[in-house]
Amino acid sequence: MMQLYLAGVMAIVLGGLIALPLRNGRLSFAAACAGMLVGAVLTAIPAVRALWGVFPLSADYHWFLPGAAFSYRLDSLSAFFCLPVLLISPLALIYGRSYLRSPGRRPGVHWFFYNLLAASMLLLLAANSALLFLIVWEVMALASFFLVMHDHTDAEVRKAGWTYLIATHVGTVALLAFFAILGGSAGSLDFGRIAATQHGGKSVALLFWLALFGFGVKAGFIPLHIWLPEAHPAAPSHVSALMSGVMIKTGIYGLLRALLLLGQPSAWMGWVLVIVGIVSGVGGVLFALAQHDLKRLLAYHSVENIGIIALGLGTGVLGLAWQIPALAILGFGGGLLHVLNHAIFKSLLFMGAGSVIHSCGTSNLELLGGVIKRARWTGITFLIGSAAISALPPFNGFISEFYIYFAGVRGLGAATPGPVILAVCLLASLALIGGLALACFAKAFGIVFLGEPRSELAHKAHDPGWMMRLPMLLLSLLCLLIGLLAPLTLYLVFPPVIAMAGLPAIFDSTPFQLTQSLSIIAFLLALLLGSAAWFHLIRRSLPRGRQESRTGTWDCGYLKPSARMQYTASSFAAPITGLFQRLLCIRKRGKPVEGYFPASASFHSDTPDAAKEGLFAPLFRLAERLIAPLRKLQHGNLNGYLLYIAVTLIALLVWKTVVAR
Amino acid sequence: MSALSWIFPLCGWLLAPLMVGVINRVKAIMAGRRGPSLFQLYRDLFKLLRKGSVYSETSTLILRLAPAVILVCVVLATLILPWGGLPAPVSFAGDFILLVYLLALSRFATVLAALDTGSAFEGMGASREVLFSALAEPALMLGFLVLILHTGSQGLSDISSGIGLADWQNSAPALSMVALAWFFVLLTENCRIPVDDPTTHLELTMIHEVMILDYSGPDLAFVEYASALKLWIFGGLLVNLFLPLPFAKPCLQAGVFILGIFLVAVLVGLTESVMARLKLLNVPKVLAGSAALSLIALMLKLVEYYQ
Repeated sequence: MMQLYLAGVMAIVLGGLIALPLRNGRLSFAAACAGMLVGAVLTAIPAVRALWGVFPLSADYHWFLPGAAFSYRLDSLSAFFCLPVLLISPLALIYGRSYLRSPGRRPGVHWFFYNLLAASMLLLLAANSALLFLIVWEVMALASFFLVMHDHTDAEVRKAGWTYLIATHVGTVALLAFFAILGGSAGSLDFGRIAATQHGGKSVALLFWLALFGFGVKAGFIPLHIWLPEAHPAAPSHVSALMSGVMIKTGIYGLLRALLLLGQPSAWMGWVLVIVGIVSGVGGVLFALAQHDLKRLLAYHSVENIGIIALGLGTGVLGLAWQIPALAILGFGGGLLHVLNHAIFKSLLFMGAGSVIHSCGTSNLELLGGVIKRARWTGITFLIGSAAISALPPFNGFISEFYIYFAGVRGLGAATPGPVILAVCLLASLALIGGLALACFAKAFGIVFLGEPRSELAHKAHDPGWMMRLPMLLLSLLCLLIGLLAPLTLYLVFPPVIAMAGLPAIFDSTPFQLTQSLSIIAFLLALLLGSAAWFHLIRRSLPRGRQESRTGTWDCGYLKPSARMQYTASSFAAPITGLFQRLLCIRKRGKPVEGYFPASASFHSDTPDAAKEGLFAPLFRLAERLIAPLRKLQHGNLNGYLLYIAVTLIALLVWKTVVAR
Repeated sequence: MSALSWIFPLCGWLLAPLMVGVINRVKAIMAGRRGPSLFQLYRDLFKLLRKGSVYSETSTLILRLAPAVILVCVVLATLILPWGGLPAPVSFAGDFILLVYLLALSRFATVLAALDTGSAFEGMGASREVLFSALAEPALMLGFLVLILHTGSQGLSDISSGIGLADWQNSAPALSMVALAWFFVLLTENCRIPVDDPTTHLELTMIHEVMILDYSGPDLAFVEYASALKLWIFGGLLVNLFLPLPFAKPCLQAGVFILGIFLVAVLVGLTESVMARLKLLNVPKVLAGSAALSLIALMLKLVEYYQ
């Protein structure tokens, strides 16, 4: 079975390799797409077996080099994370074909790295030894770096690419240390051996922080999120969909895997995750509100949703530490379900944003407007995605947030103050995040798709071809379906939850109660859809219900308001961003209106990332000053580098024979 | 889910417009006017339902579909609302979360429809609505948390039958704080003075009435009726803090519930008469204050709980 999985990964890479040298755009896409589809089907079979099967799948291939065993293992946790990869990668690939109008001289290069990214994610999920994990992690980072750099002739894109590359490697340094310490104490790099080893209290704390930092950079926890709002707008939209929807979840997977390796967690780890979740959730949505660029806005929403996932995971960890199975089941369950849901609606939203950019040529909210009249399908699917990400019923976002809310409520039975404080954190922060996300997507959808076009560019909007439309329709259907089939989601997340929460989870009554609530919710959501349609029909069948006349918008006396008089994205968000001014540090400049007959006036505002400007920029300047003298070592002379290697080896040998003895 | 329990939402659907009538009558009396009939809203609704409608050329299908969505969300929410000790037709653990999110969906539809017209005035109302509701939601949720902690139940019907006049003897401080916080949430969510002024369509009014400027005919009837039902729901939540009465028959309980709701209406009318509208910049502070009130209530409850 595991061999089938590896064969599937091979097929994806092979498709990319065949596509690589082809200069014909259509042929190279066909090769990559065929490889991807065959690979997705091949890997899906073992993934499903591993998710619902009793035993995990595994395979070991030994190699003569020390520590370099190719050890693969697919348990229910890995298999669950395979689902978004297998779902989104082919869909975004198909979308990408028409999106990349000018694929450049070597179209195959893009498809090669795309397939490599998908394959490396699948391989990462199956890696069962630290060395293999790190190598695949690096392949994944590099493949996505080259995808981000697709439009490398643009200076902004190059800058974004470098930001991403540096961020991801800073994270990898922490992971290297993490696995080195783990491997050192366990005497092996095999995950099974590491998990079986007991780790001391102090080293567990260090290991936890290392894992949180290393995987947090990839996942995008505040303040490590700075690469997301740079890289997602720079990358082509289908790449943003794959990276934001799926790739950042490998950070969450890594964190969960690290927790499993560290053994029984303590309560403080759960609290750390909950606090990280609240900060990322609220911070992400606030920064999203202050953005004018559609894709930057969506990127900050990834930070917000990663925060919600972290809230769920933190709740699960606290459940494990306090031995309250209800918290563990609902926390991990909600977090994991949100991983899948976020993959679905975030890719959908990035594809929608891509369609707007594709036809209008801008992602600046202030230049758009009225797009839904010209691009109906894009508008409707984007609306569904917006409702889903704002956790509104009847879509999937509501279901996963319901899990986490329910965790807060169900945990209250215990006779300690901990669960009550947790419940306050969960309910208050989720309610605030939900309300602000609604505000943000009312802004994003309302300003881009409704009203009148704010510039000439917006007049050019049109629906994309079927290859771009089909993935969006499928994903919006999934958003609705998961909402309406809410009780069945438990089957999906229960196997990985048992992997995380252990045996007590099986005998707890929580899943039963959750199913009960979700069944009634699903019934009510179906009723919601049905009666909304019914009410609309009633409204149409009233005596003069079909009688319509058309006129200009009533604007209290102005008969013909112009498009420039409309509310803008900035003015819509102004009350909220004004309230949180201290945090956001919005920069405003321009010439104010003066006198009775103002000649000219201008206004410009932008919201730089607080973490980037306030924390990382000074840090990196300091680092540069300290490290600059070392530049002399980088002279570009190959002989010199060979000498370095030789000197290092000799030094190591001396150390091993003389000092270490 | 007994057949009898469906009577309560049905009564709610019938009586909700009367609640608005009571508020307006109280305001008229306080101002020394005679005021419109108590049943004025019913007349308005019937008249509007028989009319045709006018749409803006800017608008799309969003504006046309919104009224049905807005109304259906609120109607479904009434199915979850219990009447004191009398359970709602639909009740399950965590149902209050669905209630809050159904109201959020109806708000989303209202806001999008407002933006659909492309009017600057409506955009302004929408922008304020989303801010104030985002701040009101934590206060509402924390209030629920206090009640869950108090009763040990997780469904709205169980919570409301587990909390009543008898509980005010020993937990009056916490409960009154929740009541106060929720009263302000009611005023905010229903756009009443001191947050918003529902009386006119022009300068005085800043939020809800602004957003529905472009509705006409049956659409306006749907939206007006939905806001009456929303007021009923928030009034009901407040009354549920005081009911059930100990040792009273179900029909008496139902009667007292309706009486309680009209008392809330009188209270809203009085508040509107004696207060001026707050400066918009100050509303967030008051909302944060009501969330803080709920939080203090929670702490009081916590101390009580673990003593």
